[in-house]
Parts: sequence; C-alpha cells; structure tokens
Amino acid sequence: MDNSVLIDMLKKMVTIRYFEESIYDVYTRGLMPGLAHLYIGEEAIAVGVCENLKRDDLITSTHRGHGHLIAKGGDLNKMMAEVIGKETGYCKGKGGSMHIADPDLGIIGANGIVAGSIPIAAGLGLASKIKNDGRVIVCFFGEGASNQGAFHEGINMGSLWNLPIVYVCENNLYGISVHQSRAQKIKDVAVRAKSYDIPGEVVDGNDVLAVYDAAKIAVERAKEGLGPTFIECKTYRWGGHHVGDPGTAYRAKEEVDMWKDKCPIKRFKSLLIKERVLSEPEIERLEEKVKKDVDVAVTFAKESPYPLPEEALEDIII
Amino acid sequence: MREITYAQAISEAIAEEMRLDENVILLGEDVGILGGNFRTTTGLYEEFGEERVLDTPISEAGIVGCALGLAIRGMRPIAEIMFGDFLCLAMDQIVNQVAKIRYMSGGRIRVPLVIRTNIGAGRSSAAQHSQSLHSWFLHTPGIESVMPSSPYEVKGLLKSAIRDDNPVVVFEHKMLYNKKGEVPEKECLIPIGISEVKREGGDVTIVATSSMVGESLELAIQLEKEGISIEVIDLRSLVPMDEETIINSVRKTGRLVLVDEGVTRGGITAEIATMVMEKAFDCLNAPIERVGNENTPIPFSPVLERYVIPNREKIEKAVRKAIK
Ligand SMILES: Cc1ncc(C[n+]2csc(CCOP(=O)(O)OP(=O)(O)O)c2C)c(N)n1
Repeated sequence: MDNSVLIDMLKKMVTIRYFEESIYDVYTRGLMPGLAHLYIGEEAIAVGVCENLKRDDLITSTHRGHGHLIAKGGDLNKMMAEVIGKETGYCKGKGGSMHIADPDLGIIGANGIVAGSIPIAAGLGLASKIKNDGRVIVCFFGEGASNQGAFHEGINMGSLWNLPIVYVCENNLYGISVHQSRAQKIKDVAVRAKSYDIPGEVVDGNDVLAVYDAAKIAVERAKEGLGPTFIECKTYRWGGHHVGDPGTAYRAKEEVDMWKDKCPIKRFKSLLIKERVLSEPEIERLEEKVKKDVDVAVTFAKESPYPLPEEALEDIII
Repeated sequence: MREITYAQAISEAIAEEMRLDENVILLGEDVGILGGNFRTTTGLYEEFGEERVLDTPISEAGIVGCALGLAIRGMRPIAEIMFGDFLCLAMDQIVNQVAKIRYMSGGRIRVPLVIRTNIGAGRSSAAQHSQSLHSWFLHTPGIESVMPSSPYEVKGLLKSAIRDDNPVVVFEHKMLYNKKGEVPEKECLIPIGISEVKREGGDVTIVATSSMVGESLELAIQLEKEGISIEVIDLRSLVPMDEETIINSVRKTGRLVLVDEGVTRGGITAEIATMVMEKAFDCLNAPIERVGNENTPIPFSPVLERYVIPNREKIEKAVRKAIK
C-alpha cells in the first residue's frame, strides 16, 4: 500500500480523536447544546472504510456520526459550527450533531433514528444501479440497530436487487446500557448476512488495515455489480453513550481499560513507526497540525453568528 | 407536603402498582439496569428483577406488539418508548393492532396496556428527538391518552392508566422530568377523562396541556397584577376529553386561549376549538386563540428552537388579543 494512503489514514484517525476530544471540552463547558455521541475508540472503522471511497460515493451515518463525516472528507469548520448551532454550519444550525449532511461530499446524513438509514441505503443503491453511475453506498450502523425491523427490510432489498452497498456494522457491544448479549442471542451480527445470501465478514474494528482490506473487497464487489457485503467491525466506545453518560453504571472499569489498551490509533502509530513509514517526530508534527486545524474549527464556530430566528420558517412548506 | 421530581413520581407509581398486582410488568429500552434514559424507572429492576422489568432490544414495533400479546394474556404491561418520536416505529402495532382489537373482537378481547412515552422540545435535541406527537392519537379511536403536567398528575394518571382495562398512552414531558412538585405519600389516583381548573378567573379561559399548564399559571399570576383574571384549565386527558369543564369555563369568561406544544396545524387545540364552537358558540365574545408550535420540524440551534416552540410570551400575546 502506498505510504501516502497510510499517512492519510493516520491523519484522519487522529483528526477524529482530537475533534471528539474538543467536542467533549466544548460540551462540558456548556457551549454545545443537545446531545454529543462520541466516536472515540472506533476511529479505525470509519477511516478504514472511507479510504476506499471516491468523493461521489455515498455514505449514510448514525447518531454517532462525526467520525464517518470526517473520514468522508467533512469540513471541520462547518461541522463544528453545526454542532454548536451556528449559521455557518453545514445545515445552518437546523440539524446539529445528529443530522449533519453534505450531499456534495456524498454524506447523506447522520441520523437520529436507530436503523433509520438502512432502508434509505437501498434506495441510494438502487439509484446507482438504475443510473449505472458506479457510485457505491456505505451504510454505517451499530449492532443495536440490527434488531430493528428496518434492518431486515433494508438489507433484504439490498441483497434481492444486488445493490452496490457495503453494510458496516460497528459492534461496540452496547446499545446505550444494554450489552449485546442482552439484546440478541448471536455474538456475530455478520451471521445474519447468510440469511440474505450475501458475504458477511467479521473484522477487528480496531485494526485500520484489517478494516481497509475488508472494505476494499466489498467496494470492488459493489462496483462489479456483485451486490452488497456485510462487514461487522468489533470495537468499543470508550466513553458513555453520550457526553452526559459516564458509562459506568453498566460497564466494569476493567472492561473499559482493556479496550483502551487496544487503542486503534496507538496500534497504528506503532506499526507505522516499525515499518518506517513515519518517525516519532513526524507523527508528533502531524498531530500538532491536526490539533491546530481542530482548534481553528472551534474558534471559527465560536466566532460565527447564530442564524436569524426567522430562518426557522425556511426550508419547509408552511 | 413532601416534594419529589416528576421522574421519581413515575418510578413510584410503577413500583406501587407492581407491588399490588403481579401482572404489572415493565418493558422498554434501557428501563432496567440503567433505570431509564430519563431515570424514570430507577430502582425497579433492583426491586422486581429482570422477569418483571425487561430491557428490550432496540425494537419499538416489537416492544408494543409484545406488550399487546402480554395484555391479551391478561397481564398489565407498561411499554416504554424512550422518545415520543420513536412511536413512529411502532405505529402499525399501536394503530392497527392495539387500538382495534377490543372493537374488532366484538369486545371479547381486552387490552389493559400502557404505553409510556414523552413529548417536548427545548433541549436542542433537534427534529427527531423533540416532537410532540400526541395529537395523532386523537385521530385513532380505541386508545385513551393523558398528558400529565406535574409530578402529582403523572403519579395519579399513570396509576389510573395501569389499572385501566383499555390501552392508554401516557405522554410525559422531557422538560418536566427533573421538576419537583408536591405529591402526597398516601394513595394518589387521578381519574382519566377529567380536566382540572388549576386557577379560577373571570376574564379569559386558558386550556393548556402538559408543561404549558405551568407556563399558563405563571402568566396568570403575572397578569393578575394588571387586573387581568385568567382561569387556567389543565386538560390532563385528550381521550376521553372533559368537554364539560371547558364549556363551563367558557360560559363564564366568554374568551378562550388554547395552548399546546404540538404543531398547531391539525392538533388538539383545533379539536377543542371546534368542540367549543359546536357546543358553546353563543357564549364566545371573541375569536378563539391558539398557541402551539410553528408548522415546522424542531430545529437544532437554540435560537431557532426558541422561535418555533410556544412560550409564556406567546401565550401572553394570545391572551391580550383575546381580551382586546
Ligand atoms: C428508533 C430509535 N430507538 C431508540 C433510540 C435511542 N437510541 C439512540 S442510540 C441507541 C443505541 C444504539 O445502539 P447501536 O445501534 O449499537 O449504536 P451505538 O450507540 O452503540 O453506536 C438508542 C437505543 C433511537 N435514537 N432511535
């Protein structure tokens, strides 16, 4: 693999991590209203998958969407401005963290409804097929979403019509407070792929290269008209369900610590150093640069104006 | 009297009914170990165990359908839908199944089922976590619905809902969960279908729902200083509706302002206004005023959100218009 790809992936992972840490900071200082669902600990998935996509390929995202958007090329300034409700945000302050969209980058939107985007992905993929434009759809969702009716309806259509979709299940073991084992009997959500007669693969979601490789095959299959692939990425969210949830009422500290040891960024950094792709000082410089970019985004967002109240009546037929 | 929060009043109501009747069980997302996303079910899992307090998969249609099956078997399930917005995922079960079975079966099957959910914006939770969808249920005969405005109301109405042999949807309010209020320690039951005059007045009647009752009462105190006397009615129940209490008040004041947080178009206020025109048109001295959400989704940014949702200033404007 080209070194530039590896470096780009590290940069994106670090960007997501620092963006989310900044959100935590902004949120706990009372500058961000609403809810903040952080992606810390899961960075390798969005990055490993999206590195295989072109600008006009499409993604659908979830309530935990910041990582997906950054990995797909989302603009940090516009994202940060949106999550604090400013006019300069991606959606002029109407959407917020859970609804950021940028159709120009193929980001169809974060989504506040668990599994809400899975049937939508079928339509996005069917359009690719009808228009024969080769655009691939990546549909992200959590293991919790796999117990919704919409999951079944959407994937059945995707498989039935051989649509160019990559289903990426981010299995972080919990849906809010409920452990996977208390919500479904299976351990690997990917076994469900079999019932749709599509390939289903389980990968280490904290290994960006493993995710990258699996997604590469899936995207190629989609482009060749061979239909959807289901990739389950095993991972963990380090924090609570959202910033206000300490995440301690239903998880043991040992479990959290164990997963923190498996940090996807730490792991990828060591690999890049070992393979002499980057030196330690080079990584430090990369991190400094990323921090600066995110800090600029925070300043941009803070200094941006709020929308005019009357704009609430726009973008809708009243 | 002791004060507890709205959320505590909910846990207390459920616990009391579960102790009284072993057929009462609770199911929903995160109602068990976490004690509810809004901490409305704290202590229940610990007291009653996982057989009677079930954390479910994220499957709203499944939750309501399963509760219906339990009800048909003679149990008294309480199904929690974490945000009112997620009722949409269970709508088929609610509208086509829950609301219909007693009637379709010629009365042979009863459905003693409670759906607890919530309404309310004001937390910058944006378009999919802020809706007030209660008025949809007016249009579906076969389900009762209540909108408790305080800790006392939520305890009393929820307990009555659990004992009711018909399906009842309890619309709690997200902004009220942490609000404290007086709740008696002794048995507390509020009958469904009865509105309450919370404050008497002679110049104008406000009929309000849920958190808008508190806003209206504050306004009434404020405007009293100017000599404007407002009667405030807490609607409490949407179905069945207490027409008599509303009509009696309008006969007295001749003026009516209706306040509800849902989108104004096609909402409960339209229903009440029509009812009053039909039954008491002769005593209206001014057009009926309505205060509700603009006909838009709830935007995220606080400046936008404040603009679309009803508040005290908007109610005040409507009152002044009504008494002009
Ligand atoms: C239809 C619906 N039901 C419930 C919720 C509340 N909710 C938000 S996130 C979440 C857990 C989702 O779990 P999972 O899909 O595994 O994603 P994760 O949060 O773990 O990333 C729940 C229950 C929701 N947003 N939408």
